[in-house]
Amino acid sequence: MKELRNPAALRSLLSDIEEQSRKIGRTPRLMEVCGTHTMALFKSGLTPLLAEAGVEMVSGPGCPVCITPNAIHEAAIAIVTGTEGVTLATFGDMTRVPTRKGSLQTAVPARDSRMRIVYSPEEALNEARRDPARKVVFYGAGFETTIPAIAYTVRQAAAEGLRNYSVLPALWLVPPALRAILEAGEAAVDGFIYPGHVSAVIGAEPYEFVAREFGVPGAIAGFEPGDILLAIRSVLEQAVEGKPRVALEYSRAIGREGNPVARALMDEVLEPFDASWRGLGVIPASGLRFRKEFAAYDAGPRFGLKESGDDRDLAGCRCGEVLRGVIRPEGCRLFGKKCLPDSPLGPCMVSYEGACLIHFKYGGERRARS
Amino acid sequence: MCLAVPAKISHIDESGQGTASYMGSEVKVNLALVPQARRGNWVIIHAGFAISVMDAKEARETLRLFRELAAAQDEGA
Ligand code: SF4
Repeated sequence: MKELRNPAALRSLLSDIEEQSRKIGRTPRLMEVCGTHTMALFKSGLTPLLAEAGVEMVSGPGCPVCITPNAIHEAAIAIVTGTEGVTLATFGDMTRVPTRKGSLQTAVPARDSRMRIVYSPEEALNEARRDPARKVVFYGAGFETTIPAIAYTVRQAAAEGLRNYSVLPALWLVPPALRAILEAGEAAVDGFIYPGHVSAVIGAEPYEFVAREFGVPGAIAGFEPGDILLAIRSVLEQAVEGKPRVALEYSRAIGREGNPVARALMDEVLEPFDASWRGLGVIPASGLRFRKEFAAYDAGPRFGLKESGDDRDLAGCRCGEVLRGVIRPEGCRLFGKKCLPDSPLGPCMVSYEGACLIHFKYGGERRARS
Repeated sequence: MCLAVPAKISHIDESGQGTASYMGSEVKVNLALVPQARRGNWVIIHAGFAISVMDAKEARETLRLFRELAAAQDEGA
């Protein structure tokens, strides 16, 4: 859809945005919840143009690699270093997160064990099918976008009686995190740009409380520059009219009802619990764990892992505050000095959805000017 | 990690496994989450699974809106 990058159309939207922000009379602060939006904004060069149009964009907690606390990353390291004959499969970014025990990339696997980067959890399931003697663990971190795919592999393994497959879950729900951010109040958010692909699964309803209880406007956005500007314009219009709601500005790809099949699958396999997020602490009903019928597929108990570990960030890393939208990455004194993409001190500098990495890679021009 | 891409379903086999064309290459896509998907539909693919079927009418509507925005800007400039 090259029309959604058409410079004239983008200019037209930017001038609408400027007009709305002038009506508000101060610089509205909008949180783009999703790390993929942060990246799209920076890569397309919209971030400085939005600042000129009088809108401040702040990144939120939408990076699953980042909000997974160190204890779970360390549990993954313990599995691959402590047990023989294991394949620990995971998404690429997960392997580089630094912990007090190193990273999955630097860890030395036990005899006949290995780490494998996959694109889909189904690849891990296929390895378990092919090689019954091998213990295949999928280390799965993700939001509602990814969770159905992970739940699918577990239901499938159970149906096929595959005993050598399991999942180390780091499964996070977006709406409870938004509530935590709003209740804390420290990020002072005037509006939300909601994640389009999380919404493909959950739909619009789970965000309604933001408008209803907190009076904060929001819009679900796609990932083209034009999609994001449409959503920003909608949020500002809602603020000017004083009528906050959940607008859907990505209707070519998703419907307001989301994907009921995916939700039913999640609900069949998993149940909510009070999970601990990096930077945000324990949030009620914000994580998913296996239901009793599927508990045998949880890699934690299967590999004898302890319930809790050391959740502190590495010394000096302020990734937690970045995830809460309280500071910008540039506000961390290690940013771009001791903490670099090649030698990250926190997950926010590792993941391609991490705000620190995105600001470092694409924010150079602005850094130089400021 | 919520990066997902639109692709067009080019084939669905008897077991329900799909193939989709994405930027000139054919990729395997699991269609278990979108049982309503048919050959020729555009879907949003994330981590090997289609999570949504795109709406052709809404897509045309979005295109129309952006052509209008661009035209209005060009006239105004
Ligand atoms: S720049 Fe590095 S050390 Fe600082 S908050 Fe980001 S990830 Fe942590």
